Amino acid sequence: MDRIPILKLGGALIVTIQVDMHDRLALALEEDLTAMIARTGARGVLIEISALEIVDSFIGRMLVSIAAVSRVLDAETVVAGMRPAVAITLVELGLELTGIKTALNVERGMALIQARLSDEDDGHGSDRDRHED
Amino acid sequence: MKTDGAEVLSKTVTQDEAAILDAWNVALLEGTSLQSGRIREAELQTQVKTVFGQLRDALASGGLDADAAGFASLRETLADISRSRAIQGFTPTDTANFVFSLKEPIFDALKRMPDGDATALAAGVWAAGKVLDRLGLQTMEVFLASREEVIGRQGQEIAELSTPVVRLWDGILALPLIGTLDSARTGVVMENLLQAIVDEEAEIAIIDITGVPTVDTLVAQHLLKTVAAARLMGADCIVSGIRPQIAQTMVHLGVELNVVSKATLADAFAVALKRTGRKVVRQQASTEGRR
Repeated sequence: MDRIPILKLGGALIVTIQVDMHDRLALALEEDLTAMIARTGARGVLIEISALEIVDSFIGRMLVSIAAVSRVLDAETVVAGMRPAVAITLVELGLELTGIKTALNVERGMALIQARLSDEDDGHGSDRDRHED
Repeated sequence: MKTDGAEVLSKTVTQDEAAILDAWNVALLEGTSLQSGRIREAELQTQVKTVFGQLRDALASGGLDADAAGFASLRETLADISRSRAIQGFTPTDTANFVFSLKEPIFDALKRMPDGDATALAAGVWAAGKVLDRLGLQTMEVFLASREEVIGRQGQEIAELSTPVVRLWDGILALPLIGTLDSARTGVVMENLLQAIVDEEAEIAIIDITGVPTVDTLVAQHLLKTVAAARLMGADCIVSGIRPQIAQTMVHLGVELNVVSKATLADAFAVALKRTGRKVVRQQASTEGRR
């Protein structure tokens, strides 16, 4: 079975989804990503989905649960590059991905993660508050 | 002996073709359709010839049922004519008269029948009336359908025109909404906005609802959907232009917009500039107040 590669870049993990997500692939990704975060101690996860054209409620829920699991392991998830059609579909499905940060493209997504990493370098105290929202 | 109206009619139409055509042409020329200048005489005559020829053949094929297969080509021609007239802006009367003005010439021709017995005449007139009325009604039906098609298309065009996405600054978009928000329009608005966010690489979108007359729970839901979709694309939304009465109504209805909202577009723009790290300053404090 295919697996989606996970790349490590500094303190962040990058996942680009370039094939049609089917359910088993999504489950495998969640598993791999969790293991990878635990192993590398990454603080940010960037999921790039600009090539993802078809999304259903299951995939939407997987994104939410990947974000939730990452948060437990103290990594922040940013979804980048969502297509307009996918965004509309998710909203119509009632999946607004609350709790996940979003960015227009990889560049901005990385900027969000870098901002968090440098915040933490400055002092751990300020970061605590941001987890609450 | 029972007189067959269809046969009488078919015979008359075939025998007296030239006279009927002439009389019909005259009737049409006197009508208003030519005088309005929307159609040329030559074009009208071609239509007359085609329609008459097909009517003759259809009658010859037997039967008076205008829905029958023998009338198929005639129906098609009439539909084409009436469709083009609807687009050219003819009045319904003009369009219907194209068929109905054929009545008199045919009635006259029936009267001129050599073996003029009253029963045959009555049967022929009844047959002609029946066929022409049916054809006239069909013409009107097509005419109205074409008009409705035109109206529908215009409605769609208006919907598209009335949802512009304006670029206010690098990465700041404005979406001035005018008119009622229904779900069909929300779809168009959402698509336009999201595409613009991609094209302009926008960070902030300001949705201005100054032109939205009423905000009820449904409209609020549509707005929230749009905001949620924009957030999924990585853009923040600010809602502006909520008028005082509307704000009151919304609170009374219990509608909550869980987004940043500002009273005016200017306020929203200021917030957007601040968030993107920009600032508007007066060039010289003392001069006439140009920014």
